[in-house]
Amino acid sequence: MSSVTRLILKRLGISLIVLIGVSMLIFTIARIIPGDPARIALGPSASPEQVEVLREKLHLNEPLPLQYGYFLADLARGDLGVSLYTNRPVTADIAQFLPATLELVLLAGTMMILIGLPLGILSARYRNSWIDGTVRVISILGVSAPSFVWAVILMLLFAYFLPLFPVAGRISDSYAIPSVTGFLLVDTLAAGNIAAFANALSHLVLPAFALALSGIGQAARLTRANMVETYGRPYIEMARSYGFPERKIARRYAFRPSLIPSLTIIGLDFAAMLGNAFLVEAVFAWPGLSRYGVAVILRKDLNAIVGTVLVISAMFLIVNIIVDILIAIINPRIRLSQRST
Amino acid sequence: MSEPTLLIRDLHLSFRTYTGIIDVLHGISLHIAKGERVALVGESGSGKSVTARLIIGLLQMARGTRVDGLLQFEGRDLEKLSQSERHALRGTRMSMIFQDPTSSLNPVYTVGAQFHEVLRRSAPGIGKTQAMERATALLDEVLIPDPARVLASYPFQLSGGMNQRVMIAMALANEPSLLIADEPGTALDVTVQAQTLKLMRDVVTRHGTSVLFISHNLGVVREFADRVYVIYKGRLVEQARTDDLFDNPQHPYTQALMRAIPRITGGGIPDIEEASERFHEPLIVHESCGEPGGAR
Repeated sequence: MSSVTRLILKRLGISLIVLIGVSMLIFTIARIIPGDPARIALGPSASPEQVEVLREKLHLNEPLPLQYGYFLADLARGDLGVSLYTNRPVTADIAQFLPATLELVLLAGTMMILIGLPLGILSARYRNSWIDGTVRVISILGVSAPSFVWAVILMLLFAYFLPLFPVAGRISDSYAIPSVTGFLLVDTLAAGNIAAFANALSHLVLPAFALALSGIGQAARLTRANMVETYGRPYIEMARSYGFPERKIARRYAFRPSLIPSLTIIGLDFAAMLGNAFLVEAVFAWPGLSRYGVAVILRKDLNAIVGTVLVISAMFLIVNIIVDILIAIINPRIRLSQRST
Repeated sequence: MSEPTLLIRDLHLSFRTYTGIIDVLHGISLHIAKGERVALVGESGSGKSVTARLIIGLLQMARGTRVDGLLQFEGRDLEKLSQSERHALRGTRMSMIFQDPTSSLNPVYTVGAQFHEVLRRSAPGIGKTQAMERATALLDEVLIPDPARVLASYPFQLSGGMNQRVMIAMALANEPSLLIADEPGTALDVTVQAQTLKLMRDVVTRHGTSVLFISHNLGVVREFADRVYVIYKGRLVEQARTDDLFDNPQHPYTQALMRAIPRITGGGIPDIEEASERFHEPLIVHESCGEPGGAR
């Protein structure tokens, strides 16, 4: 078994334990915060008898461990219960809202990598030049303003004053695309509708960029800092003394070792975007999971809260595993340390 | 006498900083004959390492450096060469060994991959198999047991002494005529350092490589070098064959350096003056190893 396979299995095992822990935690918290979910769901005009019936149906009168048992049994069948807010199975809600958020976060993450890393590299290679100065100003702006501020600014600039992009939504109403995966970029391509694809993409650009900006800034700053530090290492001087071309030194000697910490932060940022997406989704009227999550929390919709948190945690863990694997691939020290366990 | 491998005449170096110009080298002259092992000895900040980096041409890249004087390598004036001609010499005709072997190797590539890159400097098209064969032979020469395992390893998996041998083998991979060793093995423990230095001496003797050996450690210098230059605050103060220098140090600074070596017979830390006007006295040349063309 290769060391990378071993690493993946180990991380999957740990993730499962974490997920069980998260489910217990959120399950308990959702039930001990004050307020009767049955009462909230039925509204103030419902009779106490009706509330009691619903409480019975939701097992709310049982002791907490037993409620968790019911929950686990349902979960094993792939059933997260019915949302009190939308009156639909929570799994159906998640299936509807998750792809929108994932699409947003994936594009934002790609932007972080494709824009943030190169900016950091440029900045480090031409440090103390005007290029470096510009990159540093951009990244400090990106890091210091929260993404919803950028969402509003970008919307004003590029959708209102300069109408390059649509203001809100995922796609214009005139397109009727059959939902297969829920990812509009995939579905429009599957339907062979290029115009619809372009339309969906143009809806995606501004919110994704707003969401990505702080990550871009962070990735650029971190990559720059790491590369500047790496440039001071003895092995860079040695590479120069051997007359290796400066471009090769930047790529193989300075960038690759510096990529390791950058990748860790990008991974964390990436996962954090799943939650942070809420305000951006709100500004751009984006029908995503983060917005759904906040709505159900405000309504104390027990099943939906637990379901949403579990899905977001699972995404978080998956992203972390991917990052760990990537780091293991580029960092031999971590890869090889797997052998001893 | 045939053409020296390296000839330096009246080398000046200064750095321009925000607070003004700092003179680092005040006119250094030295030469290394073909196959000769020459040591440059001095305390920290005396200008040893900058001299090495000027020869290999790394320091000239830094901003605010001013270099004056003649740097001649195998009869060619280095400062008159174009950037690319100069670049072509690095890693092929001259190479360098650094202080800490483990941190001087790239941590994310195997030793084999790094050997391949070094070999590509003189043979750009060299394939992996060929490179590994050549690397194995080179590692054999520095007495590394099981070269195949070492080539497949990352630097952090090897001991410091092992990495030092790898560095020596790499530095000699392209048969350079000049090897600059900047405090080699200072980061290693004393026994391993002695071992690898003896090994290095044997290998360079076999290859007929000229060596500029930079050190603050007189004991090590005595074992390694044919001839010694003593440098103090950017000036050469004494020059002699190694035996003559150790038998009969003439310059006050050299005498102070000698006294600074701890003796096993006790007596504690010697009492040496920090700096003395007399240390700035000009070059003393021992008989029959004179620096031609006027020193300093």
